[in-house]
Amino acid sequence: MRYIPNSPAEQADLLREVGAASVDDLFATVPREVFRKDPPPLAPPMSEIELRRELGAMAVKNAAATCFASFLGAGLYGHHSPAFVSQLLLRGEFLTSYTPYQPEVSQGTLTAIWEFQSHVALLTGLDVANASMYEGATAFVEAVLMAERLTKKRTKVVVSRTIHPEYLATLRTYLAYLGLEVVEVPAGADGITSAAGLAAAVDDTTFAVAVQSPNVFGLVEDWSVASEAAHAQGALAIGVVNEAFSLTLLTPPGAAGIDIACGEAASFGVPASFGGPLIGFLACRDAGKRQIPGRLAGRLETPDGPVFALTLSTREQHIRREKATSNICSNQGLIALMATMTLTALGKHGLRETALQCLSKSEYLKAGVKALANGKFAVAFPGATFNEFALRCGPPVGEVLSALEKAQILGGVPFSRLSPGAGEHEDLLLVATTERVRREDLDRYLDVLKGF
Amino acid sequence: MSDHENLTSPVPAPLADRRRGSSSIFDASRPGRKGILLPALDVPAADPEALFGALHRPEVEGEVEASEVDAVRHFTRLSQKNMSIDANLYPLGSCTMKYNPRINEEMARLPGFADVHPYTPEHLSQGALELLARLEQALVALTGFARVTLQPSAGANGELTACLMIRAAHVKAGAPRKFVLVPDSAHGTNPASAHFAGYAVQELASNPRGTLDLAELERKMTDDVAAVMITVPNTLGVFEENILEVTKIVHAKGGYVYLDGANFNAFVGKVRPADLGADAMHMNLHKTFSTPHGGGGPGSGPVGVAPALVPFLPVPTVEGAGDGFRLEYDRPDSIGRMRTFYGNYGVLVRALTYILSYGNAIAEVAETSVLNANYLRKKLAPFYHLKYDAPSYHEVVFDDKLQAAKGVHNIDVAKRLMDYGFHPPTMSFPLIVPGALMIEPTESEPVEELDAFAEAMIAIAKEAEESPELVTSAPHVTPVGRIDEALLAREASKPGSFAPVLRAPVRRS
Repeated sequence: MRYIPNSPAEQADLLREVGAASVDDLFATVPREVFRKDPPPLAPPMSEIELRRELGAMAVKNAAATCFASFLGAGLYGHHSPAFVSQLLLRGEFLTSYTPYQPEVSQGTLTAIWEFQSHVALLTGLDVANASMYEGATAFVEAVLMAERLTKKRTKVVVSRTIHPEYLATLRTYLAYLGLEVVEVPAGADGITSAAGLAAAVDDTTFAVAVQSPNVFGLVEDWSVASEAAHAQGALAIGVVNEAFSLTLLTPPGAAGIDIACGEAASFGVPASFGGPLIGFLACRDAGKRQIPGRLAGRLETPDGPVFALTLSTREQHIRREKATSNICSNQGLIALMATMTLTALGKHGLRETALQCLSKSEYLKAGVKALANGKFAVAFPGATFNEFALRCGPPVGEVLSALEKAQILGGVPFSRLSPGAGEHEDLLLVATTERVRREDLDRYLDVLKGF
Repeated sequence: MSDHENLTSPVPAPLADRRRGSSSIFDASRPGRKGILLPALDVPAADPEALFGALHRPEVEGEVEASEVDAVRHFTRLSQKNMSIDANLYPLGSCTMKYNPRINEEMARLPGFADVHPYTPEHLSQGALELLARLEQALVALTGFARVTLQPSAGANGELTACLMIRAAHVKAGAPRKFVLVPDSAHGTNPASAHFAGYAVQELASNPRGTLDLAELERKMTDDVAAVMITVPNTLGVFEENILEVTKIVHAKGGYVYLDGANFNAFVGKVRPADLGADAMHMNLHKTFSTPHGGGGPGSGPVGVAPALVPFLPVPTVEGAGDGFRLEYDRPDSIGRMRTFYGNYGVLVRALTYILSYGNAIAEVAETSVLNANYLRKKLAPFYHLKYDAPSYHEVVFDDKLQAAKGVHNIDVAKRLMDYGFHPPTMSFPLIVPGALMIEPTESEPVEELDAFAEAMIAIAKEAEESPELVTSAPHVTPVGRIDEALLAREASKPGSFAPVLRAPVRRS
């Protein structure tokens, strides 16, 4: 076979060396009644020529964002990824290495992890970030569990319902059997978490208060509302971020009293790839680092210069087993590297320029919607947004999307898609803009809306 | 005199600096540089200060300033400080570090997969959904399970998914039960996953062969036990000969059998786990199905389940066939979501590509991986102690008992192996083998690499006899010398130790 280097003659030599008459002799301790003599019911092996044809036929049935002007967001935003990033990711030294348990032969990976952690700490305004989480929703779950460990003997987490519904659904799954209560605080009519509602829900059994900004409607929320409500009762404040570029233009969570920031960092050059692999992040204050889940790279100055290694690993499952801070083993190493490379290229100036472009294009589109004369569409909420807003549609959302699709536009994410069956906000379309859309796309979008 | 002095003395100081140590891009940042050019802004510039007021952030202080050239050079140099499968035999036991075919990478990067948003309308993402359905079918064919969820993000996440499904099934049947039984040889993720599903963990002691002790299992398998988590072959590389009796005992008490599929590479195509009586098993696509480990992820941990657990699968599932694939959310007994969207999709593309490339010949993978491990066992057995001598499958677990007499431990052997150009074996488990050296060569190593690895191990065994300090002071020719991880952990425990760049811990000399 292609990926088995030894020739049949060499295989026979090896068999002779180990003293086996046939390869099946090596499986002698498998109970005979389950040992399969026939090959599995799969097609014969495919060559690269056939694989390209087979997989290619599936790939062309999908609407790549490159063929449409895409306004899809709702937790995953289609930003530009520099060309060098996908090229360097193919270097085998990055691609085909494993978790850097052996630091002497993994300084490349470890340095990059430490840089990722540093970027996250700077962006969130917090002290310590881990080496990455699976994606945003599981990062949020781990933040909640971490807050519970840090506060001890409290049982309630208060969460805003303006957090992405898939994040809340994921939280409910993980907390189902841990004896912890999730209290959801609804948004006010303005689409923003009600400060009074939040404060009323928090009591001395509450271990954490969580809000998202920009929230699921794209609205900017004030982190200090959550941190004040939490701290008044001795709880911790968790800040959730879906669109990490927002951190470059808005007060970072750490500067507004948030104790643990978490969410999705795929905005930094990670392809949408039908929703994964993505890159969750988790950051906290120094006081919380003993309870942070996942891997952590540390930096040590030596006479030969700085060196890096995984550290504080007594928190982890391979040492602590059922007492570990998390069951996580693999994280998102290569995707963290991808985000780190993109962040390096963007840097201080590129981050701000890109964020300003996203903001400006969204403001242009919002202004255009407000100027529509047909009275069939509105910007749903008055508050400030970053690069996504909720469009309230008079006509059914499905018809609006179909009309946009005819103009080669993926017009947005129906709110109903975020929690199917919930029957909420069925007239809302979430519309996201990134630096990849052009003015002519925005004008075409508005022209289609004018046609209703 | 060490090799290290030999190598570094003739190297000019600036170059030596570059070779030793790993300065970060933050240290190399230069004011005013940037590595990206955007199109000119084609709409009026918004004023963030006016829009956000007091919530406006003027800059991200301390962020990097670097050009594209700086970035490419930095990350290329970093890459050169890593060992990898592409360059080195990487016998990390239980991790299945096999060759990662490049066609998989090409397929995952097709714009029709990589540039498709997960909320693309279903009629515009039929191919993406079809791929999910086809991968599920292929994994069903290989495992014999009723269905497979592709949602779990990694192996440990698959374990947790299964534990939650098992718990939901018990709850539905009347009581969640209290305990999960885990053998003392298990991966650390097993007890941790059971714990996060709300179960208390009880340990099962292994018998002198390193496999499950049926009497011990009978004793502990009560009506309060929800499930038993078993690894096949176990972390010693030994197949549980009594697996059919084990599953019978567990089922008789109404418990579920969970198989940790981390070692599926040992029997893929040879045995269907469902036929062993397993009710659920996760598969690490980054192990058995060749998707890259990427320096620690992304993984993917699909879970196959028997019919009894199907109602509890995470949502959404992919349903349909032909031209009509859709996502199904209406599953009232589902445990819910394990994450956003549908799984680590790009990893799933690679795994399907790999499965199609082997097709119905995939048993050759298992056969060759077992043959290679047995070949290394044969070569190394005279030089390293083997605590359990039951037949090996895909990996063999030696230990440092013979070398420890000279003060040489498994960690020293591991570090010395680096000097010979090989990645070390796994050492942190199984816990029942102190000083473990868990070696898994995989099927993708040619005979001459296996021989070279064996020769290195044998040479180190001799060094341990004759000049143990050469081994205990290793590595000598790696990009950096042995790192004092205990010192780092102490420094990292101090306040402020993780702040970027300037406030990093400084070692006092």
